[in-house]
Amino acid sequence: MSYRKGLSWRWLIYLLLGLATLFFLLPVYLVVITAFKDPATIRLATAWQLPEVWYWQSFVVAWETLAPKLRNSLILAVSATALSAMLGSLNGYVLSKWRFRGANIVFPLMLFGMFIPYQSILIPLFQFLRDVGLYGSLQGLILTHVVYGLPITTLIFRNFYAEIPDEMLEAGKIDGAGFFGLYWRIVFPLSISGFVVVIIWQFTQIWNEFLFAVTLTTPATQPITVALAGLAGGEAVRWNLPMAGAILGALPTLIIYIVLGRYFIRGLLAGSVKG
Amino acid sequence: MKRVNKDYLVAFFMLLPSLVLLAIFVYGFIGQTLYVSLTNWGRDPVQALALRPVLEFVGFSNYERLFTSFLEVRFRQDLINLFFFTVFFLAGSLGLGLLLAILLDQGVKGEGLFRTVFLFPFSLSFIVTGTVWRWMLQPQGGVNALPTAFGLPPGEFTWLTSRQQIWHFNWQDLPFFTGLVVVAVLLWLTARAWRHHQRARAATFGAVALLLALWKLTGARIEILPFPERHGFNLALVGIIIAAVWQMSGYTMALYLASLRGIPEELREAARVDGASEFQTYRLVVFPLLGPITLSAMIILGHISLKIFDLIFTMTGPDLATTSVPSLLMFIRTFRAAQFADGAAIAMVLLVLVATIIIPYLWISLRGEVRR
Repeated sequence: MSYRKGLSWRWLIYLLLGLATLFFLLPVYLVVITAFKDPATIRLATAWQLPEVWYWQSFVVAWETLAPKLRNSLILAVSATALSAMLGSLNGYVLSKWRFRGANIVFPLMLFGMFIPYQSILIPLFQFLRDVGLYGSLQGLILTHVVYGLPITTLIFRNFYAEIPDEMLEAGKIDGAGFFGLYWRIVFPLSISGFVVVIIWQFTQIWNEFLFAVTLTTPATQPITVALAGLAGGEAVRWNLPMAGAILGALPTLIIYIVLGRYFIRGLLAGSVKG
Repeated sequence: MKRVNKDYLVAFFMLLPSLVLLAIFVYGFIGQTLYVSLTNWGRDPVQALALRPVLEFVGFSNYERLFTSFLEVRFRQDLINLFFFTVFFLAGSLGLGLLLAILLDQGVKGEGLFRTVFLFPFSLSFIVTGTVWRWMLQPQGGVNALPTAFGLPPGEFTWLTSRQQIWHFNWQDLPFFTGLVVVAVLLWLTARAWRHHQRARAATFGAVALLLALWKLTGARIEILPFPERHGFNLALVGIIIAAVWQMSGYTMALYLASLRGIPEELREAARVDGASEFQTYRLVVFPLLGPITLSAMIILGHISLKIFDLIFTMTGPDLATTSVPSLLMFIRTFRAAQFADGAAIAMVLLVLVATIIIPYLWISLRGEVRR
């Protein structure tokens, strides 16, 4: 590729990339050094300097405060992700391989559900959860995330299954396989990477979600995002704690991103309807 | 054959639970929110928190109040804030994302590493981003203290707490300027129809545009408020826009990069053989091919922007009016003040804003697919 550019302005490319890297990583540097500072030594004037003594205690305190919330988030994200991925897989299978009359109308109507501002369903949702006794419970929040996760999981699986040639299913049909037989023997074994994409995407979205979490839970069932917002809010903030908390809250999705980045990007690209 | 028909039935029944859930949780609930927005739920404090409140139907008066009552000035400034936030957030994310994608497309060393660095904020929550940038933007520290590392004086801007407002305009002028925009669009449609030799259509658009312009010029003014009301761009939003761009420009970079990689090398090669410079190759060959992905990115980011809530909630809290947007006002009205009807009306305004960009998008994206 080097023939494409004269050497003369390649330094400019690297300079710009370097500046961009600074823009993206300076906040990370500031968070890490603040989290490791003794709260008594945190001053705005010395904010950018490395801590004189590396101080671990903030993480201990943050962990003690946030461990129950992290646990809530984990239960929430794992169960809601699993359920919405399974339903999405079935839906995608139906909508790509068993298209019925009216599917062209039903599918966009389903998709619209992932774009709406959730404020527009929040009041009835709140009433509904209260009426069925799920308000403030983790189950209520799981149900919410499963339902509003259906459009995106259906979309990703539908586009994924569209790539499986119909001939493969025809062959199975001749062998006498029905709806479930075809799914278990042909479609499901081919959808492992589809599941990885969907699971990563849903886990990240649900772990990071805030609006439902802040309006539908009680302190006992709060996920990490709500607890973190509470930790960072208020006027006289001791910044070491929110910074340590931010690191703890960000680590799960960050690790997923770094280890499985390829699948993460595929989920991201699938989010734009046509994939 | 019979077997297959039975299987289609099974398939439909497997899809049915999801359809029913979405029908209730999306469309049923939207309908209920619409109904609540047309009632007085919350006006009477006794009824506000009742389990089975007795509601009175009040028509569109909640909406009317939001747009015309002098008590609701915050809602109107929230809309203005949302407009400026969206414009700068979109411009910033698309611009930076495109720049980064082009840079990485030059065959640089360590491309994978750069890509990971630029995209990682996208895997964080707005809450984490907000917490981090709130600390970055403290008036006496963070970003403002950065110049001191090079021996320069520290920055003075108060970022999130700034009360400065620029680009003032009168809310009363909005109908007038909206009219001008409509006239401009109509004239553009006229010209387009003319070029495609659709005389009748051109004449219709042209006539409507002329009438509207004439009406405007003769001094017709719709005044929706009984008083002038000053609005503008709150500079406190700048810090929030920077944080949002920091989080989302990696996403546009990934979209653009995928798109750039999809352009066959022969196309660019052909342009170079024809003597085009690198700059011309981009302007004449590459950029026109990036149109569709730019539109997709604009719509995805646009609807995220219209719904923005978490980021501002963490950076300045829901109560600071200078950085507020309708979604925050909805939250306060509904869950703090128990003014459910007001909250529902604000939510419906948000839904209409999002629907106007999402419905055409779904229409266009899926229409081509059906034909195929």
